[in-house]
Amino acid sequence: MEFAFDLSAAVAVIATLLAISSLDPVHALLYLIVSLLAVAMVFFAIGAPFAGILEVIVYAGAIMVLFVFVVMMLNLGRAAVEQERRWLTPRVWAGPAVLALVLLAELLHVLGRMPAAAGIGEGTIGARAVGAALFGPYLLAVELGSMLLLAALVAAFHLGRNE
Amino acid sequence: MSAIGFTPEVTAALIAAVKAVVILLGLVVTAAMLIWVERRLLGLWQDRYGPNRVGWFGLLQVVADMIKIFFKEDWTPPFVDKAAFWIAPMVAMSTFLLAFVLVPVAPGWGVAPDLNIGILLFLALAALAVYAVMLGGWSSNSKYALLGALRSAAQMVSYEVFMGLAVMGVVMKAGSFALSDIVAAQRHGWFILPQFLGFCTFFVAGIAATHRAPFDLPEAEQELAAGYHTEYSGMKFGMFFVAEYVGVVLVSALLATLFLGGWLGPGADRWPLLGFVYFSIKTFFFIMLFILLRAALPRPRYDQVMDGGWKFCLPVTLINLLGTAAFVLARQGG
Repeated sequence: MEFAFDLSAAVAVIATLLAISSLDPVHALLYLIVSLLAVAMVFFAIGAPFAGILEVIVYAGAIMVLFVFVVMMLNLGRAAVEQERRWLTPRVWAGPAVLALVLLAELLHVLGRMPAAAGIGEGTIGARAVGAALFGPYLLAVELGSMLLLAALVAAFHLGRNE
Repeated sequence: MSAIGFTPEVTAALIAAVKAVVILLGLVVTAAMLIWVERRLLGLWQDRYGPNRVGWFGLLQVVADMIKIFFKEDWTPPFVDKAAFWIAPMVAMSTFLLAFVLVPVAPGWGVAPDLNIGILLFLALAALAVYAVMLGGWSSNSKYALLGALRSAAQMVSYEVFMGLAVMGVVMKAGSFALSDIVAAQRHGWFILPQFLGFCTFFVAGIAATHRAPFDLPEAEQELAAGYHTEYSGMKFGMFFVAEYVGVVLVSALLATLFLGGWLGPGADRWPLLGFVYFSIKTFFFIMLFILLRAALPRPRYDQVMDGGWKFCLPVTLINLLGTAAFVLARQGG
């Protein structure tokens, strides 16, 4: 399965780069969706199908739909593409790109020195294992996360109420 | 096969591929024939004839329609966003076709009924199907299409929330996401009785996911021309059109598999063909129900659709989920 992993990881990296550099906002979002699907494929390749399918349902299927929804309502046309083209000059992206390249070199260095871990594709982590982990050792984090979501829900309800 | 020199793995893969192609062709042909079935049945229920001129009882009407649509000019308007405009119909067709790999159509027949994420794959593909409508509507660059796409995005996202929750009761009782396990778990009784609330809500969510009447607000003819596919013509429109019927077949097959025992029936284990007959009868029952709903029900207002989803169906599925969980736990503990 290492071939599938390499291929989908490459797709994820390229799609993410295109999502950043794309001038049209909707095309950028499409590349981001492809990137998320590729990350889901990475999960499938390393033997975590439940995490992979949740990535598709939650990120690609729900969150990105809301992104596209908002961008559609903003009615961005040719003017937005022109503005984006004026903003995306080498002077703007050169600095952050160099800094990010330094971090990438560091990451590759660290990864290269790590001992070879167990090969991918050995064993599958299904829904049962994920559920047992979430409601066992990570119970506190799950409860805190649910409280945060509840607070967001109450706030959204308050903002959307008709007075 | 071994005489030709194939290894057993290659032979198995070839047989699986042939089975998959047969299922795919069967699905597409059924979806296309539904165009005729629907028009005839609507005619019957509304006390008129429907298409009855071409071929026996109008059966060749589909062939005539298909020839027409294949030879029609596939026109891309100059004001559209080309990439998104071309991708949208492909997404519409492929997501629903791909989800059919889960369905066990007969004992031992089906592309991937044992897939361990099973029904979750259907939920993921139903979520991705929203992009077809949204991209089609946005890229068309016209107000009717955009309004239809906005309506549809809000409707589908709202109804997908409880579509997933509605099937979780079945998953809990079967103890697996795989559809073959869900069918096997119904040997001693179909899930429609213990999971009646889950069945009702999944049915409603299924109609909304395929945006059929009475949930056809994204393409409400009287208000929005044809909604998100107003600007489409030729085979691209044809793909949206057939994708809707593929969706109907898919949701009907899933309803039959999840709640009516799929291919289960007397003698189905001995004769797989009989299992396929049972599966087809159950699926066609739900397809008829889809068409009857279109013939019988008026279209609700947009705010009624949203209220019905969030304020009625979502609480019902949550209650069903809690009740099923308590029941399953009590039986395991006792």
